[in-house]
Amino acid sequence: MKSVLAVLTVVAAIVAIWYAACAPMNIKGVLTELERGGAQVVPEGAPTRRDMSAIGLVVANSFAIPATWAQERPRLPAPHQVAVELWQTTVMKKITSKRSLIFHGWVTLSATLLGFAIGTGLGVVLAVGIVHSRVMDMSVMPWAIVSQTIPIIALAPMIIVVLYSIGVQGMLPKAIISAYLSFFPVVVGMVKGLRSPDHMQLDLLRTYNASASQGFWKLRLPSSMPYLFASLKIGIAASLVGAIVGELPTGAVSGLGARLLAGSYYGQTVQIWSALFAAGLLAAILVGILGVIERITLKRMGMA
Amino acid sequence: MILVILALILWAFGWWLNVRLAEGPNAGAPLVRLAVPVIFGVTVLLVWELLVRGLNVPMVILPAPSLIATRFVTSLPVLWVDFRQTILKGALSGYIMGCGAALLVAVLIDRSDFLRRGLLPVGNLVAALPIVGTAPILVMWFGFDWQSKAAVVVVSVFFPMLVNAVAGLAQTTAMQRDLMRTYAAGYWQSFFKLRLPAAMPFIFNGLKVSSTLALIGAIVAEFFGSPTVGMGFRISTSVGQLSLDMVWAEIVVAALAGTLFYGLLALIEKGVTFWHPSQRG
Amino acid sequence: MTGQAVIEARDLNLVFHTNDGPVHALKDVNLTVEKGDFVSFIGPSGCGKTTFLRVMAALEQPTGGTITVNGMTPDEARRKRAYGYVFQAAGLYPWRTIAKNIKLPLEIMGYSKADQNARVEAVLKLVDLEGFGGKYPWQLSGGMQQRASIARALAFDADILLMDEPFGALDEIVRDHLNEQLLALWARTGKTIGFVTHSIPEAVYLSTKIVVMSPRPGRIADVIESPLPRERPLEIRDTPEFIEIAHRVREGLRAGHSYDE
Repeated sequence: MKSVLAVLTVVAAIVAIWYAACAPMNIKGVLTELERGGAQVVPEGAPTRRDMSAIGLVVANSFAIPATWAQERPRLPAPHQVAVELWQTTVMKKITSKRSLIFHGWVTLSATLLGFAIGTGLGVVLAVGIVHSRVMDMSVMPWAIVSQTIPIIALAPMIIVVLYSIGVQGMLPKAIISAYLSFFPVVVGMVKGLRSPDHMQLDLLRTYNASASQGFWKLRLPSSMPYLFASLKIGIAASLVGAIVGELPTGAVSGLGARLLAGSYYGQTVQIWSALFAAGLLAAILVGILGVIERITLKRMGMA
Repeated sequence: MILVILALILWAFGWWLNVRLAEGPNAGAPLVRLAVPVIFGVTVLLVWELLVRGLNVPMVILPAPSLIATRFVTSLPVLWVDFRQTILKGALSGYIMGCGAALLVAVLIDRSDFLRRGLLPVGNLVAALPIVGTAPILVMWFGFDWQSKAAVVVVSVFFPMLVNAVAGLAQTTAMQRDLMRTYAAGYWQSFFKLRLPAAMPFIFNGLKVSSTLALIGAIVAEFFGSPTVGMGFRISTSVGQLSLDMVWAEIVVAALAGTLFYGLLALIEKGVTFWHPSQRG
Repeated sequence: MTGQAVIEARDLNLVFHTNDGPVHALKDVNLTVEKGDFVSFIGPSGCGKTTFLRVMAALEQPTGGTITVNGMTPDEARRKRAYGYVFQAAGLYPWRTIAKNIKLPLEIMGYSKADQNARVEAVLKLVDLEGFGGKYPWQLSGGMQQRASIARALAFDADILLMDEPFGALDEIVRDHLNEQLLALWARTGKTIGFVTHSIPEAVYLSTKIVVMSPRPGRIADVIESPLPRERPLEIRDTPEFIEIAHRVREGLRAGHSYDE
């Protein structure tokens, strides 16, 4: 209860700072518009104002503050502008519409989920191989660890273009980027998890003369679950970033990444912010769903 | 066709060699532990080279390693300029600012239990979001040059660093705090002598996670607009011109930079947190 | 025996408010500890022996009654650095060497560098750890770590030593050895010692005064003044006097229990 109050306070503070920041961020554009509309602003003439401090301008023209929260193309849109845009492009639009964020969100989400499924599946398979084969462990594992330190996302544009040139386009290229971004965290986390049983637990199974596959199903796999879920949460967030970045280089027309790109081409800041929030919301929901599955699974296994 | 068969034979040989080494009596020796992944890596490169040549894979799909190496060596000046623009100016300056700011805020929050309770869940949520999406906004605010890339890096490293640092500063046990109380230690005394050293493993974890995020942020931000220099810029334009050897050369640079940066951090970490069970081995 | 009261508790009460309702951790506790006493607090878990020690150290606040340490409130005494506290676990900082761990309170209290080094040498000798100053805690055995933590509590000039089951986690052989050393140390330094334990032989062997406590509510069931001489070889534990006192302690503990059922 105390924590809820604390979180709400912090969120309220962030919103307040955001509103406060809108004034100096947008004041110059607002004053130019107002002056054009015939209003009296201090000082006159956009060129004289250009090099003045934004905060000074806000103080001198405090009447213009409300206008900084209602511009059409502000440098920093106010929270309610983003909220309204989000509402209009999700609930108020038909989901088949090209302007519906649900439509764009779905385009990105489907690539994310497909890629995440491929990446996680392959990751788990490789992890099992690494744990059971010394050769694979020694040859592949160091590379898997090193790969986590490099920005593999730099490969994204190339993958899109190469696949395009051999005739593969649409969802699959993005899914492949998503897949390899979620692949390595899952491999590393799963290997750690499968290795987490301690000597005493392994020795106990030896006293039962359990086979390798019995040991895997009855001990290693269950013990790996907490590690697996931790890396799944990292993996799905990485997958989403992969799908969004995968939409950038080809100038895709649909998807959250495409909305970001189009918004930045045409200076539609409200559109950028709402796409950003939609992406954030999507990430939060995906991680949240995994968190719920994690809690249920671990509870049924008696681990939480 | 001969080259393809050669590739298969080479692959079989490399794998056989590794099996011998890994199952052999000296499998635990440091030299073998190093040799096995190196042999694997070299085998992959050679097989790649032979397959590309043998199957006549066009360069626009996959250039041979030798081609990439040649391009890397002949383009060193360009690669260096791009490296300086993206890694040194964009990523590193943003990394230092972002991590520094996060550490300062963490110290401030640490004094208030209320702020910690409020900021930690928010920080955890934000740390999981696709922060690189702020790139178009920040490019709009700070212009095309490195400043906007540094800003993206600041935003993307701030929250992961903050969450780690705050969690680290809360790592002390009740007994350790009671001990400081029996000495009537002041706030800053117990901060510098107890909480900061105890937080170091977490702080370094944050620094390591952030180092990768910084490179990602700096490169991806350039996809949204940049001057005609920089690794992200070079990658997207070279992709457009279908000169994939250049793209791969930039990726090699990114990989080297990422690994070296991370390795350096891991080395410092080993020196600072030598006492932590995870470092004692 | 100077007869000077170092710790004085009058009608001391402490009630914790938990989710399961209030818990009476200490009820109407009266006790006087004199300078140079070795006082043991013994009783089953939940009898408030650790809580009582923590109240003396100002780590807990009593909800009723008064307690003075050296004539001051416990918190004033804490600020004057009147006592050294030894916890159940050694709690040495893993990033500091043994010597640096012992210096920790000295740094906080602002001793000079030269004084710090001299004191570290002295207390390391006192606990028989000469030559281990440069080691890290995790390179030492559990018994050695606990000795280092006692050295840490001795390093500054506190005339009271409060020890909360310091040897509880150690095996009996190591424990006997440390008990012997602790007695020697007490004889040499003349400190007043408060010692929480749940071992009857340990309490009888070490103490001049044994405080038997019982739970729900936490209170003092009996205070036994030991007739044993201050000089105590380990063999004293086989004498009739020793067995007699141990018997009285056991009776006191049993009485505390039957009261409850």
